[in-house]
Formats: sequence, structure tokens, C-alpha cells
Amino acid sequence: MHTVRLIACLDIEHGRVVKGVRFADLQDQGDPVELAARYDAQGIDELAFLDVRASDQGRDILRDLVRKVSEVLFIPFAVGGGLRSLDDVRAVLRAGADKVTVGSAAVANPELVRQIANEFGSQCLVVSLDVKRLDGRFALTSHGGRRDTGLDAVEFAKQVADLGAGELLVNDMDADGTRQGFGHDLNRAIVRAVPIPVIASGGAGKPEHFAEAVEQGGVHAVLAASVFHQGDFSIRDVKDCMLRRGIAVRT
Amino acid sequence: MIAVVDYGAGNVASVVRALRHLGGDAQLVSDPSELLAAERIVFPGQGHFGQAMRQLEATGLGRALRQGIDSGRPFLGICLGLQLLYQGSDEAPGVPGLGLLPGHCQRFAPGLPVPHVGWQQVRAPFRSKRTGLENYDDFYYFVHSYYAPADGVAVTAVADYGLRFAAAVRRDQLCAVQFHPEKSGRAGLDYLAAWLQIR
Repeated sequence: MHTVRLIACLDIEHGRVVKGVRFADLQDQGDPVELAARYDAQGIDELAFLDVRASDQGRDILRDLVRKVSEVLFIPFAVGGGLRSLDDVRAVLRAGADKVTVGSAAVANPELVRQIANEFGSQCLVVSLDVKRLDGRFALTSHGGRRDTGLDAVEFAKQVADLGAGELLVNDMDADGTRQGFGHDLNRAIVRAVPIPVIASGGAGKPEHFAEAVEQGGVHAVLAASVFHQGDFSIRDVKDCMLRRGIAVRT
Repeated sequence: MIAVVDYGAGNVASVVRALRHLGGDAQLVSDPSELLAAERIVFPGQGHFGQAMRQLEATGLGRALRQGIDSGRPFLGICLGLQLLYQGSDEAPGVPGLGLLPGHCQRFAPGLPVPHVGWQQVRAPFRSKRTGLENYDDFYYFVHSYYAPADGVAVTAVADYGLRFAAAVRRDQLCAVQFHPEKSGRAGLDYLAAWLQIR
């Protein structure tokens, strides 16, 4: 039996959560550690911290954040944003991250995927794909979806899986922010192409969408950010919905 | 002192932090004599079976581990730290493991995604004596591509991922888990707290 994971993503800038967090009872709405602890208490299966600015200066702050999180939270978490070299990866893993997420660095240099997998193991490497539908193909984009890399997302998924990626995070740039549900066609194409777990991201608007991502897209984990931050519904609501539909989750 | 063996792979900091969170005096140790100075030994594993064994043998940590276990010190292997207790693994054909438990680790067959990443409920295996360490029916976090057989000796908990595999083993003071107790939330911390009570 395989249990579907629910992942909450926290966008970080200079060590603070950005993108509106609306929990009125949080002492400090921008404090990632406080928010992460909140999700842990609600039963989130995993956390993802994404440094949206990814500046050199931000990296030290990020490392500090990783250490703080790992001192108080004992669930898995991934860290990404601007990690470009083995040294960058080593630094966040040593600080206490369980996994790293690499996106544009893997596009620019797929060999980095092999190097990270060889040095630290596939289990700690999530490769993130920003995908848009262009001229009837799944186009791999970079720079937050603004630039077409010219690569086919499904082919790229196969390539990085071969090179040693442990998981794929598929960001559907067309669905992102719409709250209309996940992109099942894209997710299904990737899931069929690779032997490793696939995480769906982009489009969550209600608990049923998460269940549909599993039922129709075939994904193994589902990630969301703003719907959790704004308290539209809780982690519990999503898991209850999945359980009602016969999807195994951690309870 | 609790020695957390550091042979240069993976996220060992989390194990140290979880043990300290529970009041344990955990220290990272990479020297065989330091390892044998500890009252308790934790052997977290990540990475490749063959590389880990080569590293352990080259540094003398392998011998110190066997010695520490033989002396009856409470021992806890985690993830690859469980698999290395067996005689070998499909991951590194021909490379002998520590050989403290009979059997061989195998790779999950195609069908489900590998690595197996996620939370899984553990259950009591058939014919087992309950050890009081695992809370059966609780969920623990797993990340692995290889597994030890569910029907092996000393198996005290199993989990199911396409087939049943060993989630936890215990023989006297020798304990090992395929899951990551340091990453399994409350259930994992409870496991570590119970292990800290083993004398």
C-alpha cells in the first residue's frame, strides 16, 4: 500500500514567509518556523521551503532557517531556491534539510543531478519542473515560467530520473494560481514516463482537487501553498476528503 | 554519551537533534575509539550499501560497531543502518554486510515507484513478541529502495509496500528500524524515547 503525501510549501524571502498568511492567531505571520509548526500540528506529511529570491545573501539566512526548523520539527522537509552547486546542496543538507529541490540549475546543467545523487543519494534530491502547454506540447520553462527552454517536459523528466533524481515536483504553470484543480494531463504524462514518485503542484482550490490529482493524475504526493496559508480549508479537510474516496493517507 | 556514527553521508544532524530534544547527550562520532567510549550507539544510514561498507571498513568503524554491539551496548540502526546489519544487499552484489543478522536485502520490484518515499503504517508480524518500542498501527516515515525480508529473524514490526518488509528488528540490545524515527513526528520521537530506556 502506498500512502499519498500532502506537502505544504512556504515561500521564503530573506528568511520570512511571503505570500499572504492569514492565520489571525499566529504571533508573527511571517515566521516560517511558527507556520511550519502549525502545519506539523495539523498533520502535514512534509514541508517545502522555497527561497524565492535566492540571492547569495539569502543563502546564509536560509541555512540558519533550516537549522532552526530542524531543531523543533521532526518531519521531513525539502529546501530549494537558487541551489546551483554541490557545495550549495551540501550546506543545506548539513544544516539539517532532508532533501533539496533543484530547478533551473538542473535545466542548465543536468549533470548536477547525477553529481548530487552520487554524492548524497537520490533520496535527498527532488527535481522541480516548471511546465506550460505551448503549441500542443508540455514545454519545460525556466525563470518562473517566463522562458521556454525549448525542451520537452516529459523527455526532461525521463532524463533526470535516469540521472538519479529521487522525486519530481511538477509545477503546472498554467494551473498555478487558478484554483481550478491540478493539471491531470500533464501529471499523467510524467507519472507514466518515470519510475520515481511524482509530486503535483499548482491549481489547488478545494479538498476535492487533491483527491482528483491522485485519481486522475496518478501522482504520489500533492503540494500546495496559498490555500493552506489563507486557511480556506485545513490539512485535515484534505485528508478526510481523500479517505472518503478510498485514498490511503497518514492519519 | 550517545554516539551517532558519522561516516560522511546523509542528514545525520537530524538524528542528533531529535535525541537531544529528548534529553539525550548525542554526539557525532567518526572515530572508532570515540565510538567505543559511548554508552549507546546510533547508526544512521543513508546512501549506498557498498560505499557505506567500504567506508566503514576503511575507517575501522565497522570493527568498532561489531565490538560495540557484541559488548551489549544499546544499539540503534536507522534505514541503511538496518540493512547493513544483514549479510548483503542487491544494491552491492558481492559486498558483505556486517552479517549480524542472517538474510539479504532486496530491491523493490517495479510496479510501485522506487524509492519508496512516504509514511507507512507498521504492524506486528506473525509470531512476534511485542517489544514495546513500536506503536503498532502508527505511521512512520520511510525513504528507501531496498528492504530486509519480513520473515527474517528478530523482526518486530513490518510494513507493506507492494509486499511486506521488515520495518523494525530487535535482538536484545540490538535494535534497527527501516523508517526514520527522527523524521516520523510524534510516533518517531516516542520510538526514540523508548529506545533510550533500553538498558
